[in-house]
Amino acid sequence: MRAARDAYGEVLLELGKENPDIVVLDADLSSSTKTSVFAKAFPERFFNVGIAEANMMGVAAGLASAGKIPFVSTFAVFATGRVFDQIRQSIAYSGFNVKIVATHGGLTVGPDGATHQALEDIALMRVLPEMTVIVPSDAEETKQAVRAAAAHDGPVYIRLGREAVPDVFPSGATFEIGKGNMFSPGIPREQVIAASPEEIRFDVSFIACGVMVKECLDAAAILETHGIKAAVAGFASVKPFDADLCIALARRSRLMVSAEEHNVIGGLGGAVCECLAENHPVRVLRVGVMDRFGESGPARELLEAYGLTGPSIAEKVKTAFSLL
Amino acid sequence: MSEHEREVPGAGPSIDYVEKMAGRLRYHIIRMVGKAGSGHPGGSLSSADIVAALYFGGILRVDPKNPLWEDRDRFVLSKGHAAPVLYAALAEMGFFPVDVLLTLRKLGSPLQGHPDRKKVAGVEASTGSLGQGLSIAVGMALAGKLDKKDYKVWALLGDGECQEGQIWEAAMAAAHYKLDNLRAIVDHNGLQIDGPVGKVMSVEPLIDKFSAFGWETVSVDGHNVRELLDAMRRPAAGKPLAIIAETVKGKGVAFMENVAAWHGKAPQGEELERALAEVAMPENSEERGQ
Repeated sequence: MRAARDAYGEVLLELGKENPDIVVLDADLSSSTKTSVFAKAFPERFFNVGIAEANMMGVAAGLASAGKIPFVSTFAVFATGRVFDQIRQSIAYSGFNVKIVATHGGLTVGPDGATHQALEDIALMRVLPEMTVIVPSDAEETKQAVRAAAAHDGPVYIRLGREAVPDVFPSGATFEIGKGNMFSPGIPREQVIAASPEEIRFDVSFIACGVMVKECLDAAAILETHGIKAAVAGFASVKPFDADLCIALARRSRLMVSAEEHNVIGGLGGAVCECLAENHPVRVLRVGVMDRFGESGPARELLEAYGLTGPSIAEKVKTAFSLL
Repeated sequence: MSEHEREVPGAGPSIDYVEKMAGRLRYHIIRMVGKAGSGHPGGSLSSADIVAALYFGGILRVDPKNPLWEDRDRFVLSKGHAAPVLYAALAEMGFFPVDVLLTLRKLGSPLQGHPDRKKVAGVEASTGSLGQGLSIAVGMALAGKLDKKDYKVWALLGDGECQEGQIWEAAMAAAHYKLDNLRAIVDHNGLQIDGPVGKVMSVEPLIDKFSAFGWETVSVDGHNVRELLDAMRRPAAGKPLAIIAETVKGKGVAFMENVAAWHGKAPQGEELERALAEVAMPENSEERGQ
């Protein structure tokens, strides 16, 4: 169990040591986003711009224009919707190499409630041309994703959660921008794509990101006890979207399920539906927040209340099967 | 002396030369906006002397043959709708051929309605959504400090643009980081699309606001090249410098001067002819037998 944001703090420190061009900006939340670790080690390359997110995005763009690789962090609500136009104009359209790493994404922010629970950020960032969108499942995938973002030339949005989450990224697996990973069963992505639909078959395939990968693994385990064969793919790279793996899974499954801690509109579920509607139309069940705002409560209780835990996802799938 | 070395103060290009170049910029602005059939002549004309002083008065250290030269001075046109004046200056500097100016706003042209840094050499920031350029300039200035470079970063703001809150976030940051390599010029023409700035939403006292935010400030006649150059050549004083340039919107075309309607409208037909006659360059005037 580790929080993705702790992993972010660690890998940022490593990157800071490796590359003098890495600079970090925060808007008065460095102790929460964990950029404080970098700040302590490299105070001259850390800029706390105060509670002024719009300015922070522009300053990052200016730093990038001179060859710096700025990592910009704050909570996901303030890192996206609040500064959408700054990201659109000063960063994405301008083609500046800025990495936005937001923490406190999704419902699991918990007691702070709806004002601090970003449920729209993936959709907002996904719709921007040039933007890469990554939602890692755990601490290890976060570390790999942050490294991949640093190596990538172009703007990147990485969304992390607040809470400690179980380690689920398959050992030995590699995160790559534009590629999903098979979390269960342990069949390599390439093999799923290459095999004939007769060789590998599932009743249901989950395509999930962030903390929902773990919930889908739990759901898959429950479904197996009911004789329903399930696959779970982690699509941390929401954009670029791994259409090859998505279509391959759809060809091998009776039902597809997307799962995200986000509005079911416009995020990962939207990407799955867009891909499959155009390429391989099958029934898709979108698991997420049903077009509403969040509320205060403990993280786990919120996931349960919004039907986002393994058992409720398993129930939804069983109901869907009964209708197929 | 390398071509990149700064001009010695007082030994730079003559005032006459800068004024002549400002005239050329005005001529280009009217021609290109007229040809495009749309665009923003008012705020381009009010900025012409400021931009001419920067590019042709020995202020900006830029190299058209090496637009991404890492030691170059940076100029951010935060009031991106004044793109015509920037394009005209870049063309006259040799960043691209002057005849490209007439493709302004046409499909496939590098000269977008608002500046696109990816399409035009010499454009430092893609601006047009107001209020964002000063933040980008702050980032550029911070990078200069980090890299121990001696380049300067310039940002040209509109006075109406100063209604955007982000300008003041950036102003606060610039003073906080003691960015004496950053200089903002406000094109204080007093008009915005819906009318006088003071009537729409007053930004006054603008100079006091910048002072209160920790900037060094100076007010100049934005159409007096000598005053502009003197202010621009001020030595760094441990804090950012704001030059409030008092200007006339539409300056140089009598019927456009101080008329808000010419903020974002292209002269056409007979109006275009009259405007061109007023801003005609000397060689052009001779052709017309004037």
